[in-house]
Amino acid sequence: MSLAAAIARRAGRRTLSSIPALFGVIVFTFLLMRVLPGDPAVFFASGPNAGEAEIQMVREQMGLDKPIPQQLLLYLKDIATGNLGRSMNTGQPVVTDLINRLPASLELTFTALLLALSLAVPLGILAALRPNSLVDHGVRFLCTMGVCVPTFVSGLLMIYAFYYLLGIAPDPTGRLDVFASQPPVVTGFLLIDAAIAGEWESWAAAASQLVLPASTMALFVLAPLARMTRASMLAVMTSDFVRTGEALGLSRRRVVLVYALRNALLPVITIMGIVFSTMLGANVLVEKVFSWPGVASYALDGLLTSDYAPVQGFVLLMAFIFVLVNLLIDVLYGLADPRISIE
Amino acid sequence: MTSATLRHTAYVLRGNPVTLVAGCGAAFLIAIAILGPWIAPYGPTVSNVPMALQPPSAAHWFGTDQLGRDVFSRVLVATRLDLAIAASAVSLSFAIGATVGAFSGYAGGRLDRWVGRFVDVLMAFPLFVLAMALVAALGNRVENIIYATAIINLPFYIRFARAEVNVRRNSGWVEAARASGNSHVRVVLLFLLPNVLPAMAVQISLNLGWAILNAAGLSFLGLGVQAPTPEWGIMVAEGARFITTGKWWLVVFPGAALMTAVLCFNLLGDGLRDILDPRMRT
Repeated sequence: MSLAAAIARRAGRRTLSSIPALFGVIVFTFLLMRVLPGDPAVFFASGPNAGEAEIQMVREQMGLDKPIPQQLLLYLKDIATGNLGRSMNTGQPVVTDLINRLPASLELTFTALLLALSLAVPLGILAALRPNSLVDHGVRFLCTMGVCVPTFVSGLLMIYAFYYLLGIAPDPTGRLDVFASQPPVVTGFLLIDAAIAGEWESWAAAASQLVLPASTMALFVLAPLARMTRASMLAVMTSDFVRTGEALGLSRRRVVLVYALRNALLPVITIMGIVFSTMLGANVLVEKVFSWPGVASYALDGLLTSDYAPVQGFVLLMAFIFVLVNLLIDVLYGLADPRISIE
Repeated sequence: MTSATLRHTAYVLRGNPVTLVAGCGAAFLIAIAILGPWIAPYGPTVSNVPMALQPPSAAHWFGTDQLGRDVFSRVLVATRLDLAIAASAVSLSFAIGATVGAFSGYAGGRLDRWVGRFVDVLMAFPLFVLAMALVAALGNRVENIIYATAIINLPFYIRFARAEVNVRRNSGWVEAARASGNSHVRVVLLFLLPNVLPAMAVQISLNLGWAILNAAGLSFLGLGVQAPTPEWGIMVAEGARFITTGKWWLVVFPGAALMTAVLCFNLLGDGLRDILDPRMRT
């Protein structure tokens, strides 16, 4: 059996096995909607001013007068057809709002993840290569502190330092300065859109808005990534194949970066799921601190004004993304370690 | 505690003074949580508008906020609420999680599979987002922050207890306990649970720090604790409005209090692990 086929089979099997979790997530959000304060018919109707007759109509339309199992089926049908209700705050269908705002959140999260990985992996390797050196202690200190500072505090401190004291960061509100021109929307990711349109001024403006929130999030997940890289690198460096490589006279660079690193990254990939879960949570706090117009601040606005349709949509979306990311990590793991795909 | 354990503890503490410092720090925080309202120099909700937004001084060590309230007093008084929320959430999820996990690991079979599936569904949510949703569903009150934090901690305890009990369920002393006529419930509660308790103590200490962060995060978002109540998360949220005009003390001091608390419990957890399980030492 070829390797690619093995990986594809594994991915397929994993997709199937994530279906129960997805179903559980949907049932859970359904139950959440039942216990949420207020009458679902009211917020699925046109708005707070909806008349009694209209609410009654929506109630029948939504099947709220039917038994619970039947309602669950209707809810599944709604999700399948992309009907997540309507937000009272914006007056738009929740799906439209989420689609419009999702790129902002994803751009922030992925930039932060990239930033964290590109810092954590080299730091972890350096610390592992010289245990108990200054670098090692520095990394350990950074890791210990990184998990203790709440994201909302570190974000505010960064605003204080870089916006108020040094004056090098732009006004910490939103994705783009009001004076910068908005590039035509293609993907919704400002950095990509601006690059496609060739508007480098907008690109720089968007990037400068992104630096602080992304660094704040990166700082929070730096610790588990660097700690894991260090630990697994330490373990790998004592293994037989590294000793063999060194005995054969391979350069240290080749031994570390080619043979040791690939094996050391496997445990790092496995904790990426937890890291991503932390990031989706931290995303809510960071979006609030930097007035970032993403899905989390949308849900939060809904939550604080008793507009619950966006909250449910958001929770469902996050769970879906998380299940998807776990699937992706699994496939990546299969690519990085072909042994587990072939039994 | 036997003298051997004591000697081992002393040995570990000598080699790792950080744990001792963290332990003292945690004790100090608990003392402040108890004594806070009596040692605070000002009333935590007493406003003094002419003195609003003053930087730290001899009279107001941590400065004053937008209503002229003393930030130092508010940080001190808030300790009790923050620690109480985290402690009750963690004890709740420990009590439920350890019991459910232990019984599930002991029984195996269908019950175990269902518990495993429930944990999988909980873990399929990003946990902080789940906590937000739970507070939204249960209602915006302090006790619901506790329940939400407890529920998102639950999977870790269930998994942990399940795995630990599973490896012990067929060992000799468990068989002996069963053979001498103890019921299954007795075997789990009186023999297995006490045996896995030390390992879980580490988990509790590490979780306390995490629970403090989560609870403060929720109240920073405006969930649970309401405005005039002194609480670290909400104090940072109120201070956030003044950070772009350079009023750093409103964010720095409650933020530092949060950080200190999390740091102490995390380091204490690491130290406890060293004492209880020398193999895991890093």
